[in-house]
Amino acid sequence: MQTTAEPASVALPGQPTLARKGMMRLPMVPKLAYRNLFHDRLGLIVTVVGIVFSVVLVAVQFGLYLGSENRIAAMFDHAEGDLWVVPLGTKSFDDPAMLSGRERHGVLSTPGVASVQELAVGFVNWRKPKGGSTAALLVGSDVTQGISLPWNVTEGSASALAAPSAVAVDSTYFQELGVGGLGDRAEVNNMEVTVHAVTKGIRSFTTLPYVFTTLATGRTLLGASADQSSYTLVKAAPGTAVEELRSALAKRLPDAEILTHAEFRKRSLDYWLFETGAGAALIAGAVLGIIVGMVIVAQTLYASTKDHLNEFATLRALGASAGYINKVILIQAILSAVIGYVLGMALSLLVIWAAEDSTLLIVMTPHLALMLLALTVGMCVLAAICAIFKVIRIDPAVVFSR
Amino acid sequence: MTALPYMLEARDITKVYRSEAGDIMPLKGVSVELAPGELTLLMGPSGSGKTTLLSILGCILSPTSGSLSIAGYSTAGLSAEGMADLRRRHVGFVFQSYNLVPTLTALENVMLALDLRGASRAEAPDLAWEALAAVRLSHRAHVMPSKLSGGEKQRVSIARALAGAPSVILADEPTAALDSENGQAVMALLAEVAKDTRRAVLVVTHDHRTLKYGDRMIRIEDGRIASRARRRLSEVNNEFAPAA
Repeated sequence: MQTTAEPASVALPGQPTLARKGMMRLPMVPKLAYRNLFHDRLGLIVTVVGIVFSVVLVAVQFGLYLGSENRIAAMFDHAEGDLWVVPLGTKSFDDPAMLSGRERHGVLSTPGVASVQELAVGFVNWRKPKGGSTAALLVGSDVTQGISLPWNVTEGSASALAAPSAVAVDSTYFQELGVGGLGDRAEVNNMEVTVHAVTKGIRSFTTLPYVFTTLATGRTLLGASADQSSYTLVKAAPGTAVEELRSALAKRLPDAEILTHAEFRKRSLDYWLFETGAGAALIAGAVLGIIVGMVIVAQTLYASTKDHLNEFATLRALGASAGYINKVILIQAILSAVIGYVLGMALSLLVIWAAEDSTLLIVMTPHLALMLLALTVGMCVLAAICAIFKVIRIDPAVVFSR
Repeated sequence: MTALPYMLEARDITKVYRSEAGDIMPLKGVSVELAPGELTLLMGPSGSGKTTLLSILGCILSPTSGSLSIAGYSTAGLSAEGMADLRRRHVGFVFQSYNLVPTLTALENVMLALDLRGASRAEAPDLAWEALAAVRLSHRAHVMPSKLSGGEKQRVSIARALAGAPSVILADEPTAALDSENGQAVMALLAEVAKDTRRAVLVVTHDHRTLKYGDRMIRIEDGRIASRARRRLSEVNNEFAPAA
């Protein structure tokens, strides 16, 4: 008797029919994966250390990248406007030039404009009270019009900047600027200024200290005329299409560039992160972390699989499908990933906490944490492929030769 | 369902290994039938082709030519996964070195075999306990293989093979790593298992002390069946008469 029917349906008289659909399967695959993993404690430690190293490296690199983004975009996140009128060829907020001075009137006379605010931004020479000088980036804005520059004021107030020659500086730059708090005096471009407000945590990506003042004082200190500014922020009236307003402004102001808020923000980010290569270096560091992690996990998983090759061959001889064995290896990889991720994240948060008061800004967001989890699991699953290739090639006949 | 005359039927099995140094032919037209309720001994000197034959009968290797059917199902044209499926459902193995998973307890080793066969969470524990009870090892169910004696390991291996009620149990030198007492106990157990008319048992052995447990004996030499014998019904010792 010879038939070629599907063996899955075969049941001899009296034999229990084991393969019934819809029944809860035994948790043997995760159990085997867990036992294999914890059986070799040293191997597990090596794997976890590799993953932790990788998670911390990637978390810090991406955290630094996000921190850099935050620093570059900080001005945009605190300056309200739908459109920015900027000098032609402006690469970023921190690369200022002066507009001609006719822009404010040109903008105000355009239909659909609700309000206009101007910023005078420029590099200045800051002479310290006790001698020595440093470069700084002066940001002059009209504080009386409710513009939210500067923010995070911890001493004094933004409105105190209305006083003659008043400036605000950040406490993290005290040492660099040679001042210690409210009332301290210094010179900006050879003109005396007094610290009337102190902020906390406003640091620039370029490391040059920001110095905030009013628009009028800013113009004076920068040597600009009374109607000149670096940027003109335009707020569209309710119901006005921003794109249409941009076209109208572009026609009126041919010597300036009209950018949406998002465009200018992106241009600044792209300039500092990619044109200067700073962001690429951070991303390269993160990629390196992923590669190192993957290699370590792949090596240890491969070694673990080799150690358990006899068992996998036995499973294969007993009729385990390739998928069944692959599942064991993948679960081992995922378990390693989760353990490594939890420890790695804990260590990363510790690093971030320790760097809080340093010049490094490392940011961790829920989104980044989730991305790191996905990345870690993905990295470990990819690393498991080498081990899976090894197992696929097992000859189950070896079980008879031992 | 009509009872099958043979649980395993192999016809004119040939195996050729091709290599640059020349072809090696460990099996040259071997035919084997395993009847239900019988324990068959496969004997032969080293290099006679026993292991190759066992691998083919267990659907681990494919023959170069010839046919094989297990529980009425032909292996012709089956892929590697199809062969794995057939041996999962119809073949139980007992290995010389036991091949238990060292990270699982005795009970879990048996449950692993049941899991492979698709047992549900509800039925598997009972079936595993039954299999361990059948080899009189229930009291060692939660012990890791490293803490079991050789005889106990082999009994767990038999329980694992029994779990899921395969049509054929293939044992590769099951007593080779055991002392005389444990070897006898294991063979007695296999003989008991073979009495179940729902399955056939084949034992590859060198050990002449196992002869008394066989119902039939096949002798293989140089890749060919040299002799077949059936136990004389009147004999209680190691007397085999040539098979018809």
